Amino acid sequence: MKVSPQEVARIAALARLGIDQDRLDAFAAQFNDILDYMALLGQVDTTGVEPLYSPVDGPTRLREDKAESRYSREEILASAPETDGAHFVVPKIV
Amino acid sequence: MSELHTMTLTGLREALAAGRVSAEAATAATLERIAAVEPTVHAFVTVTGQQALAEARALDAQGPDPARPLWGVPVAVKDVIAVKGAPTTCGSRILEHFTPCYDAFVVRRLREAGAVIVGKTNMDEFAMGSSTEKSAFGPTTNPWDPARVPGGSSGGSAAAVAAGECFGALGTDTGGSIRQPASFCGCVGLKPSYGRVSRWGCVAYGSSLDQVGPMARTVPDAALLYQAIAGFDAQDSTSVDTPVPDALAAMAARTDLAGLRIGVPREYWGQGLAPEVEAACRAALDAATAQGATLVPVDLPHTPYAVAAYYIIAMAEASSNLARFDGVRYGLRDADARELLDMYVRSRSRGFGQEVQRRIMVGTYVLSAGYYDAYYRKAAQVRRLIRQDFAAALEHCDVLCGPVSPVTAWPLGAMDADPVQMYLMDIFTISLNLAGLPGLSLPVGLGAQSGLPVGLQLLGPAFGEAELLAVAGVLERALGPLPAPGL
Repeated sequence: MKVSPQEVARIAALARLGIDQDRLDAFAAQFNDILDYMALLGQVDTTGVEPLYSPVDGPTRLREDKAESRYSREEILASAPETDGAHFVVPKIV
Repeated sequence: MSELHTMTLTGLREALAAGRVSAEAATAATLERIAAVEPTVHAFVTVTGQQALAEARALDAQGPDPARPLWGVPVAVKDVIAVKGAPTTCGSRILEHFTPCYDAFVVRRLREAGAVIVGKTNMDEFAMGSSTEKSAFGPTTNPWDPARVPGGSSGGSAAAVAAGECFGALGTDTGGSIRQPASFCGCVGLKPSYGRVSRWGCVAYGSSLDQVGPMARTVPDAALLYQAIAGFDAQDSTSVDTPVPDALAAMAARTDLAGLRIGVPREYWGQGLAPEVEAACRAALDAATAQGATLVPVDLPHTPYAVAAYYIIAMAEASSNLARFDGVRYGLRDADARELLDMYVRSRSRGFGQEVQRRIMVGTYVLSAGYYDAYYRKAAQVRRLIRQDFAAALEHCDVLCGPVSPVTAWPLGAMDADPVQMYLMDIFTISLNLAGLPGLSLPVGLGAQSGLPVGLQLLGPAFGEAELLAVAGVLERALGPLPAPGL
């Protein structure tokens, strides 16, 4: 199964990345090298094996769904690229 | 120049507690050392000199406190871990101007223990790499040979420790990122069990794999740092609420290795291992048997599949974790975008380096509809088999031993062209992250050909850090210290 440069462009769009046309071929080649290597897993018989998604056993611990204020608005906004002093500002949506 | 920087953390701690050295003098000596060697090593992204001196003076004003085990000790923190008021860049342009308004849990614990944070150490961008060459702020070099890599992704922390720029440091380990750079730089590095140390305040890469841990020049130094940061944190839903055994007491109690069964996995000692690495690690096993340990051959049969399973899981989790960098709340934003989607794409494409983009995209691919079962689910199944391998091996022994890396530190740029080749260099470290077990990298000598440090890896059962530190402490005393790098 080979991933084409067009497929890489589609994946990039899903990942919210833009890959320049002249880099697409190189990316596709590396992509295929990585996926070819990963195909090694096909050799392992995993019939009936339960997937392990986290090393921590047991259910996820949840906290009470209670709002709390730990930081000031100024602190939270301080690292934002653009604000109006009270909100995050983004380009026009509609 | 003051020679304070050559002391161990443990030695400095005693001098501080006895009042022979002030916290300010220790911090000033550290900053002086940083200024002297940074042009060569480039271990730091940010040095928080004025802040550190102010903290040290405040400590001196209160006087030494025996209840605070790191009182006045200058330490460094990998730049993936939030320190209030200092930039947290993750080695990436996208976070170049991000300054968190909080301390990570581990940083809070360091401060409570009395440590002085002197700066943020360099790393592969978002911890994705095995060499610290993939930082947006330029590579760190190996203090043993500036033409070589320090290992990665916690290469800045390892190099800073080895070069005497701090007395200990925190790193993070997703697939070997504490143990491998510790090995390349001749330091001790401990990756604790998954869940033992809170990840709250650490920028996530592979959330089910990441773990924070100490890097230091000696085993007792690493144990002191570990003891300060280990423990339950309700803010991290994967933090495990079990008591933390006293590693220092375990170390004091173990004077030799009598009765210890060391498992030697056949798969870790085979082909592909550089002769000088094998020789140094074998000599360490000989030293262990001379201390009373017995060697037990064991098998970890799914080792050949670990790298593939690991990268599928790590990249999948990365593609999900790194979706939050959208140029809205923090980080870089491309100013030319006219509409929202375009702003996401432009900001992310400009802000992320190539390795990060590659991993996000492969992660997106393996999680996409139609491929999820073939890649991600399959990798998670292999992950369980790998954990079962460890469980079976540990029925026959107390700890496992193997090399950390098949080779010593390679020249800068040597792995640039072939990402798969670099991924394969993590073969001995990544299984442990998949299984969530603890691992320790111990310097066991210099390679006969390269003259560069070689690390031996000690692996153990979940939450067995105290025993690993105790065993490593005996071996360290038996083998003697490495010389200091000729920097």
